[in-house]
Amino acid sequence: MTESFHSIRIEPARCTGRMACLRVCPTEAIRVRGGKAWILEDRCIDCGECARACPHDAIVPCTSSFTDFAKFKYTVALPSPVLYGQFRSEILPHMILAGLRRIGFDDACDMAGATEAVSIAIEEHLATYRGPLPLLSPFCPTVVRVIQVRHPNLVDSLIPIESPMEIAAREIKRKKTKELGFREDEIGVIYLTPCPVKMVAIKDPPRKKVSHVDGAIAISEIYQPLLSAVASLDGSNLKEEPVRGIGLGWPVLGGQVASLRAESSLAVGGLADMERILEEIENGKLSDVQYVECQACPQGCCGGSLTVDNPYVARAKVLRLVARFGSTPCQDRDAIKALYQRDYFSLPGTIPPRPFAPLDTDISKAIRKRKRVQELYNILPQIDCGACGSPTCFSFAEDVVLERARLDECLVLNAKQSESSAVGSFPLGPDSDAVVADDADSEAKTR
Amino acid sequence: MTDDDLFCQTFDVLGGDFLNAGRASTGIKAILREIGVEPSVIRRVAIAAYEAEMNVVLYARKGAMKLRVTPKDVRIAVEDEGEGIPDIELAMQEGYSTASEEIREMGFGAGMGLPNIKKNADEFSISSVPGRGTTLGIRIGL
Repeated sequence: MTESFHSIRIEPARCTGRMACLRVCPTEAIRVRGGKAWILEDRCIDCGECARACPHDAIVPCTSSFTDFAKFKYTVALPSPVLYGQFRSEILPHMILAGLRRIGFDDACDMAGATEAVSIAIEEHLATYRGPLPLLSPFCPTVVRVIQVRHPNLVDSLIPIESPMEIAAREIKRKKTKELGFREDEIGVIYLTPCPVKMVAIKDPPRKKVSHVDGAIAISEIYQPLLSAVASLDGSNLKEEPVRGIGLGWPVLGGQVASLRAESSLAVGGLADMERILEEIENGKLSDVQYVECQACPQGCCGGSLTVDNPYVARAKVLRLVARFGSTPCQDRDAIKALYQRDYFSLPGTIPPRPFAPLDTDISKAIRKRKRVQELYNILPQIDCGACGSPTCFSFAEDVVLERARLDECLVLNAKQSESSAVGSFPLGPDSDAVVADDADSEAKTR
Repeated sequence: MTDDDLFCQTFDVLGGDFLNAGRASTGIKAILREIGVEPSVIRRVAIAAYEAEMNVVLYARKGAMKLRVTPKDVRIAVEDEGEGIPDIELAMQEGYSTASEEIREMGFGAGMGLPNIKKNADEFSISSVPGRGTTLGIRIGL
């Protein structure tokens, strides 16, 4: 299995082994060993739940810093529309773009227009698509990873259409090379991101194509200087028109669905509810739905971990913006349809499934190991205390079988052991062939 | 093949328990993933297991799904205690259903359950004693 890029990493020096991350990780990808947390890379879906939970900020986003862009002759800030919801209501998107030009970017471009174009492209795709339904939104990289890792059967249901971020960046580079005479690689397009995972779409996109975006800076990182810059602007002097378009609503959950003229669609946010929806789809249900907007964060992108405002407050502000500027389209529908016909929005290639590594690559051995996992699990306390450093008793049993942990690391079992007998050690080590008493056809109890 | 190469697990399913409906098939899927079964096979097992589980939830008092995995195949035996099926041939026809209005309103009972299980299985068997219960056998090769 090839190593993939991850958008968060643990700073061992800051980690105190408090295990908050261990308990929240939805894919049980974290272990704490020797007092420090570490991530099982193949299980990580880059959701960032661990980073939110860490009381010591020991899990840090791998976003870009300003110095990464010194090599470019010209820099363009491309803010996620989430940024527009981070200011008080009088501060409008075009003022925020002007502020960005004051804090060091050569230019700043809006992507609500590209977003609207992508939404029209999705409509066209849905109108002509004849395969199994529903299709899934591919724009949240965590969603893509969840599907690669946990629902590999659904990778082909991810719509093969470029994200608004990519479309906007490609357009910016095309325009700027023409206008300014720079080469494409001399222009740096920098995404202002609400969450770390967008770095995955930039550094390690699942279809292995090269991104037009050169890096991403956290909204939380530029917020302070941007706020001062915007405050000192004289809004009435700005030449620009306010930003308009149906794409303005995309930062909130349901924004994609609202922008589409699809016959039947639904939006789901938050990993737990999304998991249930994906299960249903895998069980052959929901085939009467055309499009499912999937968001890893319950409130959509305005709930990203690198934003400043409370997600619900940001949501209310985005919805106010949509009410004022988001009802009239900014794109020529027929022109976008023509671009769609010419594959302007199409993503080439396929998304590879990336299922968790099985217990063993040899199926006979894997079956035997799975039996041992069950046997061990049956003697464990089954209280998921996490004191061993594995998130659940079941994952601890797996870790023991895979020799990532030793059975004597279970404190509860140890305590019982020393109660019941003062001498002798527990007979079940990772290499032991001892089997726990079981019924005649070696049937395991329901987990 | 020895007994060492056989993994078994039984899942109990309760009739009318919509809160937990789907848990058994989710559990079966997780086990197959851990063992490293091909995703395309897992999908077929998942659909068959889910339909069988829902049949117990919808029509029986209670039942048990017994999963057996060997390096050659996945087998699921479903036994329930319930009304049973008086005319199996009829029940196997696509679109035939005895589901009540309530069940249909929940999006089930389209008469596709049993045909769908059969479609996804390499081997399928069904027997039923009216008034007692129904037994299904599903085998999907690896």
